[in-house]
Amino acid sequence: MISMLKTLWLVFKHAFHKRVTIQYPEEKAYLAPRYRGRIILSRDPDGGERCVACYLCAVACPVDCIALDSAEDEHGRRYPGMFRINFSRCIYCGFCEEACPTYAIQLVPDVEMAEYNRQNMVYEKEHLLIDGQGKYHGYNYYKVAGLAIGGKGKGEAENEDPPIDPKSLM
Amino acid sequence: MATLHIDGNPYEADPRQNMLQVSLTHGFDLPYFCWHPALGSVGACRQCAVRQYRNEDDQQGQIVMACMVPAAEGTRISIQDEEAREFRKSIVEWLMINHPHDCPVCDEGGECHLQDMTVMTGHAYRRFRFRKRTFTNQDLGPFINHEMNRCIQCYRCVRYYKDYAGGRDLDAFASHNHVYFGRSEDGVLENEFSGNLVEVCPTGVFTDKTLKGHYTRKWDLQSAPSVCAHCGLGCNTLPGARYGGVRRILNRYHHDINGYFLCDRGRYAYESVNRPERIRHPLLHEDAHDTDTHSKPEFCSVDHALKRARDRLHSARRVIGIGSPRASLESNYALRALVGEDHFHNGLPAAESHLVNVALDILRHGPAKAASLREIEEADAVLILGEDLTQTAPRMALAVRQSIMRAPEETARALGVPAWNDRAVRDVIQTDRGPLYIAAADETRLDDAATSVVYRAPEDLARFGFAIARAVHGDAPPVDDLPEEDAAVAQRAAEALANAKRPVIISGTSLGNESLLRAAANIAWALLRREKPAALAWVVPEANTFGAGLMGGRPLREAYQAVSSGAADTAIILENDLFRRTHDVDVERFLQSLKSVIAIDSLRNRTTDRAHVVLPAGTFAESDGTFVNNETRAQRFFQVLAPEEDVLESWRWLGHLESGTAPSEEPRWKELDDVLAAMARDLPELAGARDAAPAADFLKNGSKFPRSPRRFSGRTAMLAHRDVSEPKPPVDSDSPLTFSMEGSVTIPPAELVSHYWSPGWNSVQALNKFQEEVGGANRGGAPGVRLIEPEKATHSFFTDIPAAFTRSDQKYLVLGLHHIFGSEELSRHAPALAERIPEPYVAIGEADATARGVNEGDEIVLRILGRQHKLRARIRTRLPQGVLGVPAGFPGLTGLVFPADGHW
Repeated sequence: MISMLKTLWLVFKHAFHKRVTIQYPEEKAYLAPRYRGRIILSRDPDGGERCVACYLCAVACPVDCIALDSAEDEHGRRYPGMFRINFSRCIYCGFCEEACPTYAIQLVPDVEMAEYNRQNMVYEKEHLLIDGQGKYHGYNYYKVAGLAIGGKGKGEAENEDPPIDPKSLM
Repeated sequence: MATLHIDGNPYEADPRQNMLQVSLTHGFDLPYFCWHPALGSVGACRQCAVRQYRNEDDQQGQIVMACMVPAAEGTRISIQDEEAREFRKSIVEWLMINHPHDCPVCDEGGECHLQDMTVMTGHAYRRFRFRKRTFTNQDLGPFINHEMNRCIQCYRCVRYYKDYAGGRDLDAFASHNHVYFGRSEDGVLENEFSGNLVEVCPTGVFTDKTLKGHYTRKWDLQSAPSVCAHCGLGCNTLPGARYGGVRRILNRYHHDINGYFLCDRGRYAYESVNRPERIRHPLLHEDAHDTDTHSKPEFCSVDHALKRARDRLHSARRVIGIGSPRASLESNYALRALVGEDHFHNGLPAAESHLVNVALDILRHGPAKAASLREIEEADAVLILGEDLTQTAPRMALAVRQSIMRAPEETARALGVPAWNDRAVRDVIQTDRGPLYIAAADETRLDDAATSVVYRAPEDLARFGFAIARAVHGDAPPVDDLPEEDAAVAQRAAEALANAKRPVIISGTSLGNESLLRAAANIAWALLRREKPAALAWVVPEANTFGAGLMGGRPLREAYQAVSSGAADTAIILENDLFRRTHDVDVERFLQSLKSVIAIDSLRNRTTDRAHVVLPAGTFAESDGTFVNNETRAQRFFQVLAPEEDVLESWRWLGHLESGTAPSEEPRWKELDDVLAAMARDLPELAGARDAAPAADFLKNGSKFPRSPRRFSGRTAMLAHRDVSEPKPPVDSDSPLTFSMEGSVTIPPAELVSHYWSPGWNSVQALNKFQEEVGGANRGGAPGVRLIEPEKATHSFFTDIPAAFTRSDQKYLVLGLHHIFGSEELSRHAPALAERIPEPYVAIGEADATARGVNEGDEIVLRILGRQHKLRARIRTRLPQGVLGVPAGFPGLTGLVFPADGHW
């Protein structure tokens, strides 16, 4: 008898608890900044594309849903001419983000990607590239790489000496 | 064999090798940089440090470089020794101090020996916190990209480029940690073998510039074993493809042919596969012969094209087939089977067809064997009769350049210096070089390596050759009235060849003179009579010239006659641009008199423009087939990519043409093995071609072999823009390879090796695991089957010595001078290679130029067979009087059969 009353009391008490269920979609769930959701391509602080088409995200992808093809601009800066993610295959594991040496590819807290037509789950570069730096601010890969690109010559990267003169013996 | 101990365990080894080589052969992961199996050891990079013990009781030992320790009986080393491991780790740490943070944008990344060695030694964290040294780069031309910041100063590049390939314009500059590898100033790397720097360099200093334009990582390249289609040597290649195009060519090791290196034509001609002038759909052109209407060919469906083509064949009075020396054996055979033996033509002009038959008969009925490139490399005396090898068979020139080291190396061996000890061997032999005699029409790129060079007109070169044969053996016919100067050189050459242990005689078809071939045969046979194992090496122009010769078709002239006599009114032209073979007027008349022309080709050319039906043929990259090389070795090449458009192998098209009128009817050839089996029945001499590679039903552990590397990426996204449900990969019924990353993971037979990779070895150096011993034979035997082996039967010397060349005031003898870049038909379409093609010119000897008052660069109107050619003059010091040269196969100069009579 006592245990029955105790149970009733407990259920009754819960009626006054704060609701756990949220009224999605009118109300949005909180997703942590590092939540692994939709994948984007970001830009560096100067506004240049961060992706250098190194193919590391593609090779890290366990479901092989990233395909890209590199291209090079007239200043020697490499970028993906084509970048495609088949989100109908993506498992949001974040390996691509981990593999990315330039912070270009990032998983952001957005999960609203459902589609009626599966074909619409295929995202091209224009759907992926955003105008900001995403989660990681301040990193500019070409500032630390030894490669010369337009606007940055040899020896002008961080932690580099000016180029030596090979004709000198000193 | 010597017994030695590595980490306490006994191993058998060849005592002529060094401990690094032995350790790698036995599967140990010992890091190295400066050592290369083809370049030997210099002990410069200090990376292969191991501890060596004096004997069983020695507990102390000492750190030594494994690449400098001979694999002598009883040698004891430890690779796992703690101090040796620390030593190796610290070496990599030093090398990485200045190495830039480039891997993501470096074309070597993912196939970088430096990456592999860094991981192997366990160096993972950069402690050095000071500034990095930097260099500026140079523009080294269309083939090689230069990125000096990445250099680790192993010296492999200059050792390869200068010591091995004989280049002069790449060197080491500056000193201490400023050492710089490059040219004295920006400019094109002149050596014809510069592309190998891409594979020789252990990191990303020298990378493939053509790959840079469509960069793909090694792990994403679908590849299959292939054979170079751009000269007659049959070098083995590994083309890599992605997104429907070929992206680069790597060397595929063949112990007996190309070894570790390719020429720049072979490496960079691949871009012709991706060109917009490719024919990718069938074309119909009903008014092809009506030049007035200017009608354009129209694309049509495969079924429609086949129907129209079959209609034309059925309504024909008689169909003739024109094969091609650049089409595979299978395609040529399929054509022969379709039109019948009597109506099959080999696609060669009569003169060239005759030369090929002469060369083949010498191999068929003579006692001399055809030398492989390795045998040339190992020869201790070489005679080149009438070939500018660097231009006509480039990789053979590189082999000849190695041969001159063989005789002097004997001196080093006598002193106990092992052959792998490169620096010491070079110190011993200094400038001493072995015998290399060249008899050529003009200067060649090998002249700097030659003992003597004789420059004469072709007839005189042949006479010079006959004189050598006579000097070698008294039974050979004598040459009357040979100039004393030539006789003296011939005598010296004969002595050098007769004193050698492994002499090789090289000649070929490029000067268009059959006496040269006979003279070469006489010399080899004379040497054999003196019990010298002399070998012959022929140079033929195209990938399947000997294949077309062995097929036994008639020359083009007879095709033209059959049509002009009215016997035939329809022709099937297989991968052949007739305008490159014979005179425009003849081709024009031939095509005009035909009721129907059906052409099968891969790139648009003047012949396909005149065909009523054009069927799109696969290039080497999209076809399976067999080529027969200059030593009559039949070698199989496999599809690298499955073509997406209407492109099919030529033999498949021919099978469809034969199948009857209904489009649904089964084609005659369902798979490659059907063609090979039928060919073996019909042409017993070519039966060996069937065994050139395992048949399509060959399996290992129940699986075929994958074309894609294990970590091939993007499978589920590459084609997702077309349809999100990815299609089934194409099925390959022609070969034991699959268009997939799935399949047998074991090392396949050498004929089927699609990529070099082994755990921990991502760079091309993984090749070590695919050899019987490092630097040795391919695992499971060298690919290919030689179709002709020498006969033991007695033979008699050729006695038809030509008359000496006589100069006339009315006309000049015009020779076709070959160019590595420009003379070959398909490679001309590759943009990077096209940058290296010279302008058409006419070469004039100095004496003639003075007599006619011509200066370098003057425009000259040269008349050959009624056709006028406006060409700029190039004055050549060595070209004999009365002889002119024009570049063979250049636009405006095609269709000429050399030597020709020229007037000016």
